Parts: sequence; C-alpha cells; structure tokens
Amino acid sequence: MPEELIAVAMSGGVDSSTVAGLLCRQGRRVIGLTMQLWNQRRLPELAGPGGAGRCCSLDDVYDARAVAAHLGIPYYVVNFEERFERQVVKPFIEEYLAGRTPIPCTLCNNFIKFDQFLELAAGVGAARIATGHYARIRRDPDTGRYQLLQGVDKAKDQSYFLFGLRQEQLARTLFPLGELTKAQVRALARELGLPVAEKGESQEICFVPNGDYAAFIEAYFCEQGLAPPRAKGEIVTRDGMVLGEHSGVHRFTVGQRKGLGVAVGEPLYVIATEPARQRVVVGPAGELLRERFEASRVNWVSIAGLSRPRRAEVRIRHKHVAAPATLYPTGDPERVEVVFDEPQRAVTPGQAAVFYEGELVLGGGWIA
Amino acid sequence: MDRYYFDHNATTPVSAEVLAAYTEALREVYGNASSIHGFGQQARQKLEEARGRVARLLGADPKQVVFTSGGTEANNLAVLGTVRACRRERRHVITSRIEHPAVLAACGALEREGVAVTYLPVSGAGFVDPDEVRRALRPETVLISVMHANNEIGVIQPIEEIATIAREAEVVFHCDGVQAAGRLAVDGVASQVDLYAASGHKFYAPKGIGVLAVRPGVPLEPLLYGGHQERDRRPGTVNVPAAVAMGVAAEAAQRDLEAEQARLAALRDRLEKAILDRVPATGVNGGAPRLANTTNIYFDGINAEALLIALDLRGFAVSTGAACSSGAVEPSHVLTALGLSPERARASLRFSLGRANTVSEVDALVEAVLDAVAHLRRLSPVAVHA
Repeated sequence: MPEELIAVAMSGGVDSSTVAGLLCRQGRRVIGLTMQLWNQRRLPELAGPGGAGRCCSLDDVYDARAVAAHLGIPYYVVNFEERFERQVVKPFIEEYLAGRTPIPCTLCNNFIKFDQFLELAAGVGAARIATGHYARIRRDPDTGRYQLLQGVDKAKDQSYFLFGLRQEQLARTLFPLGELTKAQVRALARELGLPVAEKGESQEICFVPNGDYAAFIEAYFCEQGLAPPRAKGEIVTRDGMVLGEHSGVHRFTVGQRKGLGVAVGEPLYVIATEPARQRVVVGPAGELLRERFEASRVNWVSIAGLSRPRRAEVRIRHKHVAAPATLYPTGDPERVEVVFDEPQRAVTPGQAAVFYEGELVLGGGWIA
Repeated sequence: MDRYYFDHNATTPVSAEVLAAYTEALREVYGNASSIHGFGQQARQKLEEARGRVARLLGADPKQVVFTSGGTEANNLAVLGTVRACRRERRHVITSRIEHPAVLAACGALEREGVAVTYLPVSGAGFVDPDEVRRALRPETVLISVMHANNEIGVIQPIEEIATIAREAEVVFHCDGVQAAGRLAVDGVASQVDLYAASGHKFYAPKGIGVLAVRPGVPLEPLLYGGHQERDRRPGTVNVPAAVAMGVAAEAAQRDLEAEQARLAALRDRLEKAILDRVPATGVNGGAPRLANTTNIYFDGINAEALLIALDLRGFAVSTGAACSSGAVEPSHVLTALGLSPERARASLRFSLGRANTVSEVDALVEAVLDAVAHLRRLSPVAVHA
C-alpha cells in the first residue's frame, strides 16, 4: 500500500509553493494542482499592464509549474471557471447590488477550495489536500472533534475566512503553514531553493484588479450585455437631509469615508446603503457604532453548538481586532444574537462575524 | 512506474528510422538550400528528395508542396493567404464549426478584416452535410475550408463531394489534412482539393515541420515577407533536416499504411468494446467513417479532467481534446457542435493510438480506466442513464 497521496493547492505564490516543498521534504507523496478560476481574457478593459497582479494569470501558472518541476512532483491545472463564476463571482456582485459587502474569499473557500477542489483531489486519488492558509487544525482528544485555530503568525492569520469549514472538510485538510510565521516561510522557501522564494504578496480579492470592485461589477454587466447597475442616487443623512449625489450604491460600503464628495463640518461616513431607493445614508462616526447584531447561517467549527449564552471574542472584519461579546442562542440553531461589551464601529451587512475563544475558532456566521 | 502513451492525435514520438535520417541530416547537411555552392546544392538536393516523398504521400506534384513550420502555419497560409490574395470588396468564407483552432482563429482574424464567414453546423455524428456547403455558397464566396479528419473525434468528412461542389462553383477549397495525412490514404482526396495541409509530427516526424500542397494557379498571399524560398510562398531558410525527417516519415507512413491502419483499428475496437461493455453509462462520440486510431468516449457523471489526471497518475496518457493556455481543460467546441450537453462534453475523453501501442497496453489501459471510473463514481454517485 503506497503512502497516501496529498494534493497541494498551488497558486504559484510563495505560501502554497512552500507547502508543497515542506511536504516533499517530509517524504510525503505529493501532487500539485492549480485551480484555473477566471479566464483572464475576459474584461480586458480592467487589465493592468500585461495583466499583472491578477489571479490565475499565466505568470502564476508558470510559477506554480516551475515549483512543481523543481520539486519533481506531478502537476496539473484544473478548470473551475464555471463553478467559480456561479458560486463566487455572481453572488459577490449580487451582494454588492443588494447593499451588502461580501467576502468572496470565504465563498471561494466554502464552495471551491474545500468543496470542488477536495472532491477533485479525492477523484484523482488524493485523500487529503494541503493549502497555504495561515491557520491550524487540531483534533480535540476528548470529543474527537476537529478544531480550527488561528495561525501562529497573528499578522497573517486567515482563520477569519475559514469559519465555514465542516468537520468532514477539516478531517481531510492540512495547513502546514499554521505553525509558522511568514518570515519563517520565506526562509524555508529560500532554503528549499523554490523559484518563487522572493515573489511578492498577492492582492486581497484575487479576481478584482486593484481592489476596484465597482469597476469590475460595471465591466461584468457590460460583458453580459446587461444594463449597468442603476447609477445615480442621493446621499442623505439619517433624518433624510439630501447632501449630494452619488454614482451608484454598489460603489459604497459601510464605514467608508473617502469618495463621498460631500463636505460638511464634521467627517462623514457611510452608515448604510439602501439599494431599493438608490440612497447612501451618511452620518458622523458615532452613528457607525452598534452594540448588537444577528449572525445568520452560522457554522459551528470547534464546538458542536450553543445551548446557553457564551462569552467570546467576535471579529466582524478580516482586520478587525476581536471584541469581547456574548453569544445568545436563538430559537433557530443557525442564528445567533451577538451583543458586544462595547459598541463596535461599522457592523457591515454581508461580512462574516467569526466567534473566537482565544485562538480557537468556535464558529461564525454572516452579518444579517 | 511504466508509462503508456495514448495521445497520438496530440503528437507522436519520432520513429527510429526518422530519427536516424534526421540526426544524419543535422550532422551532414548544414548548407543553406538557397546557397550556390556545393554545400547549398547538397542541401537543396536533400530538400527536393524530401519534397518528392511528401508529395507522393499527398498524391501531389512536388512543385505544389510548400514546407512550413507546421500544421498551424500551413492552415493559416491556406486560409489567410487565399482570402487576402483576393482583392474583391466583398469576400465570404465557408468553414465548419469543428475545425481546428488553426483554421477557426484564422477565420476570426479575417472577420476582423471585414470578411464574412459561415460556420457550418455538423450532424450529431460529426459530419458536414455537402448540401449545406452548396446552400451556403454566395457570389462573393472565395474559400471553402473543411478538415479531412477531426482531431478530437476522428470522423472523416466527405471531402470528395465538397470538392466537387467547390469545383463547380469555382471556389478555392482548402482541406486541413493534419490528422489524416500519414494515417489514412489521402492521395485521392488531396489531389482533388486546391490546398491541403499536413504536419510531420502527427506521423512520427519531429515537431516544427509541415507542408501546404497548393494547386497551380491558386493565388496565395504569403504570411511572411523575406527571401524567395519555396517559390516565393514561404520565405525563410528552409529547415532541411526537419524536411528530410518528414520525407522519411511520409515514405514510412505510406509503406505501412494498410497494415498499420488494420492493426490500430483492431486495437481501438478492442479498447472501445471493453470500455463500453464493462463501464456503465458510456458511449462513443462521433460516427463512422473514423480514423482507425481514435475513439472519443463519454463517461456520464464523471469529470473527465479528474479521470485524465487519475489515469496519468497511473501512467496512462490520454486527452480531453482541448486545453487553454494555462493547461486547464476547456469545454470542447467540437463536442458542443455535435450537440452534446455541457455535462457530457465535460465527461468525455479521447484515446488516440499509435505505432507502439500493443494489445497488452490496451488491456492495461482498460483496467486502469475501469479502476479510476469506479473510484470516481463511488465518490460522487450520480444517477446515470445507461
């Protein structure tokens, strides 16, 4: 019986390349797979010089292939474009147009990396997958439950994007970088002689060039032959005073200050967007504060569920410092009432709320 | 791990006799075939010998044979060269939806130049209907381009009938013979068309050499500009060693054609029958006549990309037909044109056999396919309709 096969999700970046290198060094049987998620020939108007800095670029595939060749492992590019568009790109756009601020990385993890990719890996004979996420998985010796923990490198920790993982997915996943810092990973990449050891960091939302999601949404509508999202509307205060005009609610997100184009005495922030009325509601910083919200479609990771109120630290954005709160169960096991000890700024519909207990990810849900 | 090659429609290994001739030419024949001195004359003589051998395979006069860098250039030269040589205001081209990208993308370039292009549909079995060609003709039609044998499904088109229609309409007819030349007797067909493209590496010559046979009097604007090589149709110092190799490969192909075709057909049928008999919910894409070495099989409910990788990890090289620039599998325009559902198109694999394949290799392939398909179906059992 040959040793079990591990499929490494290789993006061509330094993190996933180092995962492949590490596993090879440990003598594991490894294959490299790169997910082709988006056809870079689409939406050419968004491309920067040479299409650089975009996901699934030929350069990234070239790099991943070079790493695989360096390590002497089988390597393939698999086409997930159709599924990615259906389950990540379209929902991303719909969420924005509905006035919410989606996180495509979580959708991609839930529907692509830890679903279709895991399935394809199993299909080709790899019982486990490994990715370059900075997070840790461990098994609770008492309950047998797989638990998710933050990565050791707190600045790189990606556990916020992984709260949707189910037990059967965690059981088949390896995060070899969870115990390492980014500096250690880079040093390892150099030590392993990986051709990408000096490569720069990738951008946040891989398929949106330069983070300009509004331009992406407009270009996508144009490509699909759809009327562009309705453009103009009013910028109003909470009590309905019209302060100015804007060029589309999808261009605004809660907490945003820049780009409003209205000047009054004190700094104004987006408090809410109302797509039905094409309105952007603004107000002073104080109006952004909220003490409580409801998280929906909750997935419990490290614990089985919530039977009574429980203390936790809750993160409402990737870069948010987890704030102390109490989780209250509701009648619906998939819904949790979150009450912060101190009101938090910009609780944004569409973002994820992830519940931590120290380093442990208890679970998470979507801000309703 | 032993490795087995079942992807001969993608490319073939260089055969021993071709390799011997090729390396000898690389070593000995280094003169420029356009040079006046003895070294050049020697190269020219070898080049013309090779031209004669390829011409015999195609049933053409050696003077008609233009060496190119391969099948893509030959097809581009045929499509772009004939249409661009025609100075008329309104120009129209007829081709089919299942052509190779070397023809389709060239037609796309012509469309951007203002040329109208009709892409003929094919039947569910993969055939162009000659009557459809006739109906698509317009007064301004300047070119018909239909492939001889399809690379993905192997079906052989009714080229003679289409050639008759083209001749009657006095329209130039180009036939992409890249998958046919060296695989089946093409001299009868090739001699009836105005342009015929062939590629060396599909029949055991190296990559980087091909030909376009051009009937005298067919106007052809060159793709490249430079010297007077190849009778002003293809400038650039001719790759004589590769031409020599293609010549030897052409002669060998012609010599072995009948026996090899019968042998490959028996192997292919053995493979096809075993898979169809033993794997539920499978079937063959495309009808007959077909290339003796090719079978394209759908495995309902299976992701062909996963099956391809699973087979490769077991040492068996097969293909899904189309790949994009990254190397990922692309939905096949050929299978879609046959009317396959996107699901079935994504569940289809191409097996293309060649000289080195044996009965025991085919039997090993069948076992590997059975094993991999069973594993995939266990993981995601779907309702399959036998």
